[in-house]
Amino acid sequence: MTASTTAGCAAPDQAAPLPASLDLEKETVITGLVRDAAGEPVAGAYVRLLDSTDEFTAEVVTSPAGQFRFFAAPGTWRLRALSRHGNGDLVITASRGINETTVPVALD
Amino acid sequence: MSRDTALVSADWAEKNLETPGVVFVEVDEDTSAYDTGHLPGAIKLDWKTDLQDQVRRDFVNKDQFAALLSERGIANDDTVVLYGGNNNWFAAYAYWYFALYGHREVRLLDGGRKRWELDARPLTTEVVSRPAARYVAQQPDHTIRAFRDEVVAAIGTKNLVDVRSPDEYAGRLLAPAHLPQEQAQRAGHVPTAISVPWSRAANEDGTFKSDQELRDIYAAAGLDDSRESIAYCRIGERSSHTWFVLQELLGHRNVKNYDGSWTEYGSLVGVPVALGDEPGKE
Repeated sequence: MTASTTAGCAAPDQAAPLPASLDLEKETVITGLVRDAAGEPVAGAYVRLLDSTDEFTAEVVTSPAGQFRFFAAPGTWRLRALSRHGNGDLVITASRGINETTVPVALD
Repeated sequence: MSRDTALVSADWAEKNLETPGVVFVEVDEDTSAYDTGHLPGAIKLDWKTDLQDQVRRDFVNKDQFAALLSERGIANDDTVVLYGGNNNWFAAYAYWYFALYGHREVRLLDGGRKRWELDARPLTTEVVSRPAARYVAQQPDHTIRAFRDEVVAAIGTKNLVDVRSPDEYAGRLLAPAHLPQEQAQRAGHVPTAISVPWSRAANEDGTFKSDQELRDIYAAAGLDDSRESIAYCRIGERSSHTWFVLQELLGHRNVKNYDGSWTEYGSLVGVPVALGDEPGKE
């Protein structure tokens, strides 16, 4: 399955390969893994993308391998992960192309 | 309407999973989510194949809606509790359908799938089937649905509430950031629309903020509650969430959801469009 805007807001498969039609000269992809305190990937975590003013922009659920992916724009973003293994935050400065990162979560 | 008649908590839901006359219905943006685990006893409605007309761009009519609910075993006197993923966007969209077709007792599960999963409450993959019922839908209530011409006429006269993210409002993005951005229509917003992202009405676990917090948010954004309001987003599901907040939780009257939303408005020929972070002029 490729992510498609014609499918409305249907949640794309977070583990699917990037669509071949995707233009990485134009797109700013923020992708990565959520890991728990033991370093294990966290499946089913809720990852929220917040803009530089902390306004919510999007949310996805991680794949069975703990992966997430956003199509954003160049700039500073905050990733906020919620899971049964705890929550976590990460600030990332993204540029055009693929930006890879890991969001750690831990119980309080 | 108020919080007591429109919303149920996860605790209430868990206690009432087997209560006769209460039907749990999952509606997700990701239509495969239900199959990976759902509330025990819950049935599923698919927002694309069940709730949309499959030929023209419109949702199911009165007879199609009645036939759908009859087949799925929902009766007119059942209490329908809707829930779903993505902060209840599509559950709120379905709630709006149930309201539009005059269902008497309909509720949204506060926090939807997310709060339920984070709480580690029970989910099952058991197949659920309900005996068919006989459902009679009412004439559609167009006091809660706006069409494009009404939106153009509302510029400068009614509250237009753009509930997309600030970057979509300003025209810097064309879609939510979990979707690729390749789209053809124009970016921006309806001139004079205020920007109140739907997400401001929800806590990060997907539950709704308190009535007082909600009142403060819309007052601070400049919503004049003595005037009629039209909420819109990109395809009408996030704006259902805000319609739910304004009409069902806060009890505002004359609130409409514009389900054509930006994918329609941003493709219309000759209508005014505003760019940037300000509402813009008439």
